[in-house]
Amino acid sequence: MARRGIPEVNAGSMADIAFLLLIFFLVTTTIETDSGLDRKLPPDEPPEDDVIIKERNLLQVLINKNDQLMVDEEVTELKDLRRVAMDFLDNGAGVNDKGETCDYCQGAKDPESSVHPEKAIISLVNDRETKYSTYIAVQNELVAAYNQLRNREARRLYEMDFTEMQDLYRDPKTPEDDKEKLKPKVERIQQMYPQLLSEAEPKKN
Amino acid sequence: MAKFTKKKSGELPAVSTASLPDIVFMLLFFFMTVTVMKDNSLMVDNVLPIADQVQKLDKKDRVVYIYAGKPHPRYQSKYGTEARIQLNDKFANVDEVAPYILAEKAKMRQELQPLMTTALKVDKETNMGLISDIKQELRKVNALKVNYTTKEGDALRNME
Repeated sequence: MARRGIPEVNAGSMADIAFLLLIFFLVTTTIETDSGLDRKLPPDEPPEDDVIIKERNLLQVLINKNDQLMVDEEVTELKDLRRVAMDFLDNGAGVNDKGETCDYCQGAKDPESSVHPEKAIISLVNDRETKYSTYIAVQNELVAAYNQLRNREARRLYEMDFTEMQDLYRDPKTPEDDKEKLKPKVERIQQMYPQLLSEAEPKKN
Repeated sequence: MAKFTKKKSGELPAVSTASLPDIVFMLLFFFMTVTVMKDNSLMVDNVLPIADQVQKLDKKDRVVYIYAGKPHPRYQSKYGTEARIQLNDKFANVDEVAPYILAEKAKMRQELQPLMTTALKVDKETNMGLISDIKQELRKVNALKVNYTTKEGDALRNME
């Protein structure tokens, strides 16, 4: 008698089963977007007595309902906003509250523009009919201006990008003692260019 | 001679489909690893704007999501075409945002409550008025950490 091998199992339905599972996952899951612009809202408290901000230390960014941009009373294109914001922040024509000059600034030292990054405030006002995408684009450009300046200083001092340092600092996988070492660096850079971005209530019209 | 005639001439051999399950399993594993379970079904349009200075969102257990946008065409006869807020599978009014945030915060573990972040997933066509209203509500309940969820890309493309 001939040797009989083990009979082959019919795997024809395996593909069907796998397809069934695949389709189940296709309908019940989504590819999540889990990144975005982190912002902090101001607390809901009545403002302390009117703080007087000198005109030269304020960069006014207005977005109207037709999504047009006005920076310090000049119509500006979105693509130029980052440059304008960086020039404003990095101007460094004077001294901060402690009477120190901005020795790391590389700006034009324009007497009409901000005195010190610690005093330079960007104010963003939008209309109620402004489109959300425009608002995000403007926010993005302003954050980019800060990030670029901070990156420049971080690279000069620590030979590492600020954004990279920040991501590492925020990453839960980074060991604790690395974080301890990063913390003063991150804070120092943040202090050099503090993010002073104020958002007023949108205009109603 | 009989050996040669046995073969049925002209008939094509069956194509082997043995690798089909492997291919499908590969796809399956891909989807299992890159996607997450849906926890609310979207009732609003949700095309996110684009930005490139993004930071990754915190872990899911400390994030509260607020969706906003035009109602999906399916619901437009009932809710109109004006942008609406969606909280937990339901359309909501602006004044329901604050209680919702507080309720979600109460559900969180004690030590995570101060870390709570609100992720705003807003359709890019929405007017800022609605978002300002949401922001006001968030300020009222002291939920100050927000994340404007965006896709990654060149921000200038938003203006198109």
